[in-house]
Amino acid sequence: MTKTKLFALMGASTLGLMISANAVSAQQSGYLSFLIDNGPQSVAVAEAWVAAYTEKNPDVTIDIEVRPGGGEGDNIVKTRLATGAMADVFFYNSGSLFQAINPTQNLLPVTNEPWQEGVQESFKSVVSAGGEVYGTPFAPAMGGGIFYNRGIYEELGLEIPTTWEEFMANNEKIKAAGKTAVIQTYGETWTSQLFVLADFYNVLAAEPDFAEKFTANEAKFATSPAALRGFEKLQEVYEAGYLNADFGAATYPDGLRMVATGEGAHYPMLTFGIGAIAETLPDNLDDVGFFAQPGDSADSNGLTTWMPDSVYIAKSTSSPDLAKDFVGFIGSPEGCDIRNEAVGATGPYMIAGCELPSDVPPAVSDMLPYFQEGGNNAPALEFLSPVKGPALEQITVEVGSGIRSAADGAALYDEDVRKQAQQLGLAGW
Amino acid sequence: MTAVAAPALPKRRSLYPGWFYAPAAAVYSVLFLAPTLASLYFSLTRWTLFDATFIGFDNFAQFFREPFLVQGLVNTVIYAVVTSGLKVVVGMLLALMLTSEIIARGYLRSVIFFPVLVSTVGVGITFTVLMHPTQGMINQTLAFLGMAGPGWLVDPRLALFSVALVDVWKGVGLATVIYIAGLVAIPRDYYEAARIDGATKLQNFFYVTLPLSRPATATVITLSFIGGLRTFDLIWAMTKGGPGFASDTIASVIYKQYQAGFYGLSTAGNVVLFILIAVLVVPLTMFLNRKQGHE
Repeated sequence: MTKTKLFALMGASTLGLMISANAVSAQQSGYLSFLIDNGPQSVAVAEAWVAAYTEKNPDVTIDIEVRPGGGEGDNIVKTRLATGAMADVFFYNSGSLFQAINPTQNLLPVTNEPWQEGVQESFKSVVSAGGEVYGTPFAPAMGGGIFYNRGIYEELGLEIPTTWEEFMANNEKIKAAGKTAVIQTYGETWTSQLFVLADFYNVLAAEPDFAEKFTANEAKFATSPAALRGFEKLQEVYEAGYLNADFGAATYPDGLRMVATGEGAHYPMLTFGIGAIAETLPDNLDDVGFFAQPGDSADSNGLTTWMPDSVYIAKSTSSPDLAKDFVGFIGSPEGCDIRNEAVGATGPYMIAGCELPSDVPPAVSDMLPYFQEGGNNAPALEFLSPVKGPALEQITVEVGSGIRSAADGAALYDEDVRKQAQQLGLAGW
Repeated sequence: MTAVAAPALPKRRSLYPGWFYAPAAAVYSVLFLAPTLASLYFSLTRWTLFDATFIGFDNFAQFFREPFLVQGLVNTVIYAVVTSGLKVVVGMLLALMLTSEIIARGYLRSVIFFPVLVSTVGVGITFTVLMHPTQGMINQTLAFLGMAGPGWLVDPRLALFSVALVDVWKGVGLATVIYIAGLVAIPRDYYEAARIDGATKLQNFFYVTLPLSRPATATVITLSFIGGLRTFDLIWAMTKGGPGFASDTIASVIYKQYQAGFYGLSTAGNVVLFILIAVLVVPLTMFLNRKQGHE
């Protein structure tokens, strides 16, 4: 009796010693913190990556830290970088927001790491600063355009529009049938920007050098007719009375639910919404289709694309080698497979060797032709210019709910970007 | 033994040496004076947290040039005036009711005070749900009664006032308590004298209660006016300054500039807010207190 007790005690204490010894060695050689945003998809995929990685490397401990998204998240990332308290590995936007976190000073370059060979050049260009590459794709590429409810299109016998005129004609028929034609969700203000941002393919089709001129303070939204169209489109759908009754208070999940269940026909959004629909309304996933935001001519119909968000390593990390190894794992075909399994496929990957599963949802297969040979696509403005005004989402809410005219809104936005350009210290502002 | 010292005490300025103030002064300097002075400096720079470039008064020029920043300033003053005005009126009425002989007085007093204890953000989120234009309980009730409710928080003309109303709902308990204290402190003699002179209830209120509760009124106005000027949490929880910029106050504008990474500009905004509060509140308190001194 006492003997077994003694043995048990000894066993327990040896075990305890082993555990604590392990913990100590793990902290010295194998501990990482990994900061992500709190979107359910990000959390799911990060947990899957960490689980797979730590299974292969049992001596490694990775803590996932979660932050809010949107402006509040920007705040946290900037503050933690500035105070040297950033997690070892973290997730953040690419493009103009990436330029605003002072990458050359705060991030660890990964230009010559082996996994970067498989990453597409178009992605590298939006996570590079001062000749060095800093990011690794966190997700597949996205498109900005319009989700539509396939059931409504079938019921009313509608065609996928290739011009804005056709789109508005469809809206008219949908409205005449007593349905909500266009869903807007200004309860979450960032969702109001889509008509403007996703119109950028059409801007570039009309003015190929808009981005460079915009960065150099030579082109303006208010004075370029092509760029102004985005604001005008936003105003047009409001004035025609196509919006859902609660557009001012509805939220992003409301919008996805409405387009998936047929409460509304069109929802302008980024294709990452597919993942959220798959998560919350899996039964309706096949009812959602996708098309690019139509321009004024059918000849130039193409998709405005968004580069995926990225994973970065903070310069302040105490274990750079382990951090690089983990990020390399995320940026490998194996990492893509884990992602596909965890949250499903939402678009084409930017990494060589990453395959989409054969049974992608219709909204994804609608998007793929734009990316393939012969398809038309162009990056969104925020990937061609570091200048993005922070008040755009408030201005688009105003234009999209009739508080301000398109022309006034565009002019106000031109004022807003000035601050950002000055803050970045760009020439010519 | 105890009676000896008192009369012999010489006239001195203080029993304690001045350096007893030192610890408090040090804490105050480090935690309040130094940041205040630093923020005065940073408001004159373009600041990225990583480095700061001196740009003179450009931030202030920028702050006043942008239409929605000026609107935020105007909204702030409207908000402060509306909330403090309503708190005075409603608080006084509630205090009158709760100092009279009514049933369940103690219970009602706690009910009125209860919202003060609840978290502002929680109140904001709750009312955002209640004020939803189509699914909110308020508009559904109105629809049931055959009325079309307005878009409380999504109509740009209404949003600021809707938030102000919620602010009053939440804060009126404190005003009421201050008034109750003020009302019970009024000696009964005045009312007796007034009754002998044949004063009506209305005259009682306007010639006795109202003048004699001026100290309470001064406190309520000052507290709620300053609170209204620097209000942020409720606005942020309910509208984030929206729709568009319709319910932006100076504090929410400052926060948005900070969020966007314009640290210098947002610091300049804080300096503006500081000056605005000083300019409005110092004369206000001087005015209220001078009147009180003449009683």
